[in-house]
Parts: sequence; structure tokens; C-alpha cells
Amino acid sequence: MASTAPQHRHELETIDLHINVGPQHPATHGVFRMVLTVNGELVEDCDPVIGYMHRGNEKLPENCDYRQIIGYHDRTDYLAQFNTEWTYCLAVEKLMGLEVPERAEYIRVILGELNRVASHLMWAGAFGTDVGFFGTPFMYAFREREVIQDLFEAVTGERMMYNYFRPGGVAWDVPDDFEEHCRYVVDHVRRGLDDLDALMTDNEVFLARCRGLSPVTPEQAINWGLSGPMLRACGVKHDLRRAEPYSIYDRFDFEIPVGTQGDVYDRYLVRMEEMRQSLRIVEQALKQMPKNGPIMAEGLKRVLRPPAGEVYARTESPRGEYGVYIVSRGADKPWRHKVRGASFCNLSALREMVVGNYVADAIIILGSIDIVLCEVDR
Amino acid sequence: MIGDNPWLDGLLRLLVIAVAIPLAVIVLNYLERKVIGRVQNRLGPMRVGPYGTLQAVADTIKLLTKEDVRPHSADRWTFELAPYVVVVPTVVALVTLPLTDDLFVRNLALGLFFILAVSTLSIVGLVMAGWGSDNKYAILGAMRSAAQLISYEIPLVMAAVAVAMVAHTPDGGRGSLDLVQLVDGQGRVPYIVWQPLAFFIFTVAALAELYRQPFDIPVAESEVVGGPFVEYSGMRWAMFMMAEYVNLVLLSALTAIVFLGGWNWPLGNEVGPALQVPLMAIKTALFILFFFWARAILPRLRIDQLMAYSWQVLLPLAFYQIIANGLVLVYDWPDVVLGVLSGAGAVAAMLLTYRMVRRPAPVRRPLAVAAASTREVRV
Repeated sequence: MASTAPQHRHELETIDLHINVGPQHPATHGVFRMVLTVNGELVEDCDPVIGYMHRGNEKLPENCDYRQIIGYHDRTDYLAQFNTEWTYCLAVEKLMGLEVPERAEYIRVILGELNRVASHLMWAGAFGTDVGFFGTPFMYAFREREVIQDLFEAVTGERMMYNYFRPGGVAWDVPDDFEEHCRYVVDHVRRGLDDLDALMTDNEVFLARCRGLSPVTPEQAINWGLSGPMLRACGVKHDLRRAEPYSIYDRFDFEIPVGTQGDVYDRYLVRMEEMRQSLRIVEQALKQMPKNGPIMAEGLKRVLRPPAGEVYARTESPRGEYGVYIVSRGADKPWRHKVRGASFCNLSALREMVVGNYVADAIIILGSIDIVLCEVDR
Repeated sequence: MIGDNPWLDGLLRLLVIAVAIPLAVIVLNYLERKVIGRVQNRLGPMRVGPYGTLQAVADTIKLLTKEDVRPHSADRWTFELAPYVVVVPTVVALVTLPLTDDLFVRNLALGLFFILAVSTLSIVGLVMAGWGSDNKYAILGAMRSAAQLISYEIPLVMAAVAVAMVAHTPDGGRGSLDLVQLVDGQGRVPYIVWQPLAFFIFTVAALAELYRQPFDIPVAESEVVGGPFVEYSGMRWAMFMMAEYVNLVLLSALTAIVFLGGWNWPLGNEVGPALQVPLMAIKTALFILFFFWARAILPRLRIDQLMAYSWQVLLPLAFYQIIANGLVLVYDWPDVVLGVLSGAGAVAAMLLTYRMVRRPAPVRRPLAVAAASTREVRV
């Protein structure tokens, strides 16, 4: 957007106003803080401040054995717990050369994809509130998310910190009615997505606010290291599930939604479509899933001791590329444990996207990144 | 007149207003939460009293007993006076608002003008609150509300003027600002039929005046966290809220009077007070519900978008409406011409609004079908 700063600015003596948005501000989705330097309503500078939620989530696991670490990954991205657990388990499996049983893979795909839907629903609701809805999309999105949460609760016994995936499989088998339950969830969420679509997608005011806001070119996106929906909204068709199929993603038929302009509205559309594609994957997985069979790799000892070596595993989490890097020296604990957070990398582009826009738009742009502060600060 | 003494009469009428307003605020607060709750797929307040009916009472007690906090660096007199400056004009405006042809404190010959002029004064209080709070969000919100005021207030007044120009008076003439005459003059056909454009402008501007979605820019919760009210608590905060709801009643009733025939239409000018009160209540409630509904389903515009819309669309159309009405008056054309001209304007208004929103490009649904230009990147 071209600068609309008044021309006489240098004749009058003016001072810039610094506005502290956060750490306790309804639009920062957690304890994020950005210091905006504004000239009237125009943002001239933006200084993001992170670290309020730092708990040493990369260092602490270096003192835990390989099974205890799973719980720490739940607590990095607390909206995509299955996806983060999955990445960690993939890393350990790669290191140990474990073969995951068929049924466990399908359970992982179903839960991971449903978790993507739950995470995007949460985002859609919160984003609606950022754009100025009086909580209506939030309620709609949470109604659907609740259905998914019920399924997760039935499977894992937990509503938030599932701790269900294990290196080599999953902790225990799913309930008997898992398949019907999943089908119910898919139908319910699909209808709910239509509601959300009707409320937001073609809403004139929503269009006026989001379309053309902070467009990002594919080159910029790649330079900034954006990933996930943020990257695909720019038109780059890069999805780790397709580009580097981990687990059993090469067996499913799904589209990778891409935007054309990389603006906030494209990010919204990409996420909405991704939810539908995830539901498609779940349906296919339900059809292909073996009815019974082992859910854990054979011959695993109680304490895992991977051979010495290093490994980097990455998956497509709802927010983008979530990666885990582990260096093992053959002990029961990793010697080095590092996490690549998707929203942390996406957030690093905030300043470039915000500067030159209005304060009200800065809030929307921040919302469109879909940050989870626990994952940013770790 | 009630009784023979004009003083007693005036006092009694004032008492009715003074009791009715806080009651209306309490009821409306409860209703809004219920209505929005229903839209949002939940029940709204259910715990205090049957169906949560006493929730608003409980909230009032809470607000009354809450500590009245004043920030240390606040400008004391500005900060503490601001709520009164907001509330008083809205209540004063009610003095001349007729609810039936006899239920008002004093009916003025310039009633419409008086209401529009006085209720605008509240803005001073908002700016005072924003300045006095010594809070950056508050000052930002106050500046926004001032910018918003000059944008919506002019089309609002112009739309009202257009209707007042063509209002029928009892002596067979045209043009009146007297609200009772305005209602009586509508007879069998309310002015919404003859003046749809003015109605459209008036309703949109009223949404902006009430700071409701999509125009809740000065108090935007996700941006300026309540704007000018951010530092207020307890009773002072409640006074701002009261002003908001009184304004809601005021503007809804005004729209019902000016455009929907107030207490007469569709039953004619001879209905007694027994039917006038419910008729007026229903019409007012209709607009109040419309404002609630707008809040539930619309997001927020940006301040520059609101200003552009007001100055580029609403204001020229309001002028068009006034000119059209002037022509009809000068050449003494029948009312049907008025309706046709205004209707054309209303259609133009909708088209312009539609175009403004959709201007950059048609809605793109790029997804799933990857365009040929998109590149596949393998990393």
C-alpha cells in the first residue's frame, strides 16, 4: 500500500506514538507483544517481542528419555498436538529404523488430519474475531471443533495433551466404534464448514477488509522461509505431504489448495479448502484402514536407545513445516533436541507485512499468520 | 395535559422518561445478549432468574458496587466528567421524542432538529474520555470516533432534512420538523415508500452513530480494546453503556417515527392510545432487533473505508434526494414521482455499495484447481 502520510508532516512538529499491542491484548492470541510506531492510524514500524512463554521446550527433553519427550511436543503447538507428536515419533523411528504397522499409520493419518481441521477451525474463529465479528464465527467454529475434540477424547482420554503416538506406533488401540464416530465427525464438520463459509467467505465487509491486504509474492515468501498455508496462499504449491510423502500420504488422493495473490483473503481461502481436503483424506483412510492388526512395532524395549547419529524429520503441521532435529549418542536420552516451529518462522515476516498498513489491518495480518505462542517461544 | 398545573404535568412526564430509560436499558441489555446468543448457537444468560431474566439486574448491582478506578496519570476533571457529558445529551434528546401523539415531555416545532443536534453532543464526552484517560488506545479510539462523527452525521442529517422537506402539514402545506406532524402527515402511506433512499442513508448512518458492527470502529474490541472506555470501570463505565442503549432506543424510535409512520400507520390517524403504544413499540423493536442482528453477523470496516463510503456514496446520494424532493415541491408533482426518484436512488446506492466492495476483482476461488501459472517447488 502506498504511503498516505500527510505531506505537511515535516513542517509541523509531530512525535510518533508507540503503541504496545500485547502481551495482554485480545488480538495477540496469547502472550505475544508488538510495539507499533504509528503516525495517526498508519503503522510506520513494528517491533515484535516474543519469549513470554519460553519454557525451555527444546532443552528440557535432553534430560528425558525418548518416551517422556512426547509430552513436550504436545506442549509446543498445543492446537496441533497429534501433528507435533507425529513429527517427533517420525524422527525417532527414522533414527532407529522402525517399521510402523499399517493400522497404526492409518490411525495416525486420521487423527493428524482431523487435528488439522480442528486447528484451522480454531484459527477461523479467532480470525473472525480479529476482523471484527462479535464472536459469531468463533461460536460456529467451536461447535465443530468440539465434535472433533470428543473423538480425540474418546480415543486418547485427553482433551488437550493427548500423548498418544509412540515411536513405533500408537499407545493403545482405538475404541470399537472409531469408524462410525469418525464418519459422524466428518459429516458434522462438513456441514459446519458450509455454515462458516456462508457467514464469512462472501461477506461484503469481510471482503473489503481482507482482500488485497498485505500481498506476498512467492519470492518473498520463500526468502522469508514461510511455510504451510502462508506459503501456499502465495501460489507456491508446496506441501510436505506431497513433496516428500511421509507416513502413507502417497496413498491418498487430495488437492493442494493454492492462492494467487498471497493476501490475507487467500490465506483464509486456502485454510478453508485445506479443511475440506483433510476431510477427504480422512474418508479415504477410513475406507482403506485394516480392521485389526498390530498397532505397535515388534520387539521394542521399554527404554529406547537409538543408535548414535542425527536425524531431522519434518511434517506438514497445520501451520506449516514442523521439524524435529535429534542428535543421539546412543544413550537413552537425546544429546541434542531442536524444534523448527512453523509459526515462529512465519511470524518473522510480520514486520515486512505490517509496516505501511493501518493499525486495524496490522491486527488482521497478525491474525492471518496463525501463531501459537507456545510453539513460537517454546 | 395531565392535571391542570403545567408544572405538575411537566414533572410527571419527566418522571415517566426518567424511570423508563434505565428500565429500557436493563431490558435491552438482556435482550441483546439473548438475541446474539441465539444467533451464535447458544442460549445466552440462563442462570440468574428464570431464563436469565435477572442477569441484567445482577450486572447492574455488580457495576454499582465495583470500585471506580481512576488511573494515576489521568486528567482528573476531564476523566470524571466525560461519562456525564456522554449521557446527558442523549437523555436530553429524549425530552422531545414522542412515543404517541400525547406521550412526550414537550413537543417542539423543531423536534427533529433538536434531537439530531443534541444527541451529537455526546461526541465531546467521548473525546474527553479518550484524552483524559491518558491511554493510547483511548486516544486512538477518541480520534476515530471524531473522524467517524463528521463522516456519518452529515448524511444522517441530510436524509432527515429530505424527509422533513416533503412532510405534509395539517394545513395542507409541505415541510415540517415537528415529529407529531411528521407522523400525522404520513397517513396511509409511510415515508419509507416515498423516500426509500433517505431511509437507506438514515439507517446506515444510524448504525455508525450507534457504534455497532460494521461501524464499531472507535470501540473496536480487537484493535483498541474498547477505545475511549478502556480505563473506565464501575458506574462510570455503566454510564457509557447506558448512553449507548439510550441512543439505540432514540434512533430506533426516530426511524420508526420518520419512516414507518410512528404510532399511526397502518391503522390510520384515529387510533386511540391503547393501540398507539403497542404499534410504536413494535416498530421500535423492529429496528432495535435489526441493530442487534447487524452486530451478530457483520465484521468491522476500517475507519478510512467508512469515511470513503460516507463521503463518496452516502453524502452525494443524500444531496440527490434533497434535490429530487426540491424539484417535486417546486413543480408540485404527485408523491409517486417522489417514490420513483428516490427508489432509483436507493437502487443506485445498493449498486454503488456492491461495486465499492467488489471493486478489486470478483471473488476468487483459486483453490484446489491449481492455475497453470503456479509453480511446483520441490525443496
